[in-house]
Amino acid sequence: MNPYEKLKATRKSDRPTSNAYIQEIFDSPLELHGDRRFSDDLAIVAGVGFLGKYPVTFIATEKGKPDLQDRMARNFGCPKPDGYRKALRLMKQAEKFHRPVICFVDTQGAFAGADAEERGQGQAIAESIMEMMGLKTPVISIVIGEGGSGGALALASANKVFILENAVYSVISPEGCASILWKEASPENVAKAAECLHITAQDMKNLGVAEAVIQEDFENFSDMCEMLKNKLIEAVEELIDFSEEDLLEQRYRRFRKFGVFEEEKKGFFRKK
Amino acid sequence: MGVLDKFKSKMDSLKNTYQKIDASVKITCKKCGYEAKAYDLIENFYICPECGNYYRMGARDRINLLTDKNSFKELYKGLTSKNFLEFPSYQDKLKKATSDTGEEDAVVCGTASIGENPCAIFVMDSKFMMASMGSVVGEKITRLFEYAIEYKLPVIGFTASGGARMQEGVISLMQMAKVSGAVKNHSNAGLLYITVLTDPTTGGVTASFAMQGDIILAEPKALVGFAGRRVVEQATKSQLPDNFQKAEFMLEHGFIDAIIPRPELSNVLSELLILHKRSV
Ligand SMILES: [Zn+2]
Repeated sequence: MNPYEKLKATRKSDRPTSNAYIQEIFDSPLELHGDRRFSDDLAIVAGVGFLGKYPVTFIATEKGKPDLQDRMARNFGCPKPDGYRKALRLMKQAEKFHRPVICFVDTQGAFAGADAEERGQGQAIAESIMEMMGLKTPVISIVIGEGGSGGALALASANKVFILENAVYSVISPEGCASILWKEASPENVAKAAECLHITAQDMKNLGVAEAVIQEDFENFSDMCEMLKNKLIEAVEELIDFSEEDLLEQRYRRFRKFGVFEEEKKGFFRKK
Repeated sequence: MGVLDKFKSKMDSLKNTYQKIDASVKITCKKCGYEAKAYDLIENFYICPECGNYYRMGARDRINLLTDKNSFKELYKGLTSKNFLEFPSYQDKLKKATSDTGEEDAVVCGTASIGENPCAIFVMDSKFMMASMGSVVGEKITRLFEYAIEYKLPVIGFTASGGARMQEGVISLMQMAKVSGAVKNHSNAGLLYITVLTDPTTGGVTASFAMQGDIILAEPKALVGFAGRRVVEQATKSQLPDNFQKAEFMLEHGFIDAIIPRPELSNVLSELLILHKRSV
């Protein structure tokens, strides 16, 4: 598949969404609702459960079941500020009880509507990212489908980031990019944008944006989730012995390294 | 120094930067069509003398207008963007932006004093590729916060941005987390961060360091939002209020602390810096 085909594949309604992973991976998951401020945004699914023997908090963007009604109720996985505030509330709760946080990312992006703007979409994402950078508990994020821009990063400012082999992660949707740069989001332009933006899991590995690429096997979904679960346990066990200070330092360094530019004075060229 | 003297010296330093401008050059207001002499416009803080419309300002003008004379010391010069994804025509756009503005990229960073209060300052320049945030913007602002932590300085940030710089792909997205991490460390050190949102502050900058200030100020009528108005219109399918995503709208909905007219900014910032000075 080329990048555009991968993008389209992540949007197919029969692709497993976050809820399917949550049910497979965690023991006795209990969903917890609401942001305690305004509403319960169903585009974010979050709660507590066991990852093997470890109590964890899970937080996910959820696009919904194949039927249209569920997808509409979940706003097709595009969270509003209330969703990000629910996520943040449960991250802080996880921090209080020293539970690792596992995030599943699958969203075209944060919702772009008048109500979302009114309630501070930008502020909600900004706060989520900033608080995640200071969260004193391990955070692991997995991009399982679409990693759309700031709305995805709001759940992916983590110690470790995994990505499924055909998932994508991008600063802007290729449609948006094509219409801004080439005036029209025709299939050819979108395909070109998808190529230029470097959105594939393999790109993420090369750029250091993801630590690991996870193999997809939707035919044998349980087996695939078992493998992913083991990978998550491994990551939790690696991070759980870190002191709070080291954990924050590791996360800071992880993001601090991103950036490719030229620096004249010292005459060296930094590449990730 | 009295207020009037301060004002005069500020005007002098502004004129210094504009020595190259022909005094007779006239600029037509896009809003009301009034023709103002360049000098008059500068003296009026780039506000139309006729209708009060705010013009966008370059980063250097902003610094000259705001900071004490000769106090600004620039940091992190010599950082330039690289087309590492070989994105079509990115190199040309960078070249054009550099020749249009004389800047290396979309943010100018340094230390300065405002009303004799030292601070670290960054100013984004909307004339440079719409102040989109790529590696250079992210790196310079991150370094500035790290510097401010080391020297225990407050940070004042003037934001303006069309969002993340798509020509740098996901690496520009990562800058949001990188800068946010530095802001968080600065905040944990008990230091003050004031943002001043200027026209237009949107996208990934709104969704990161623009909204992370301890105190968030904005210029009148500045566009402040996350998603683009057209995108929102399509999603909402209804009439948006006239002041949608303006500073006044953001104030009304509780997302900024105050709207400060441009001529008063320097004084307000100075007062805030004094108020946050810790007694030794
Ligand atoms: Zn006018």
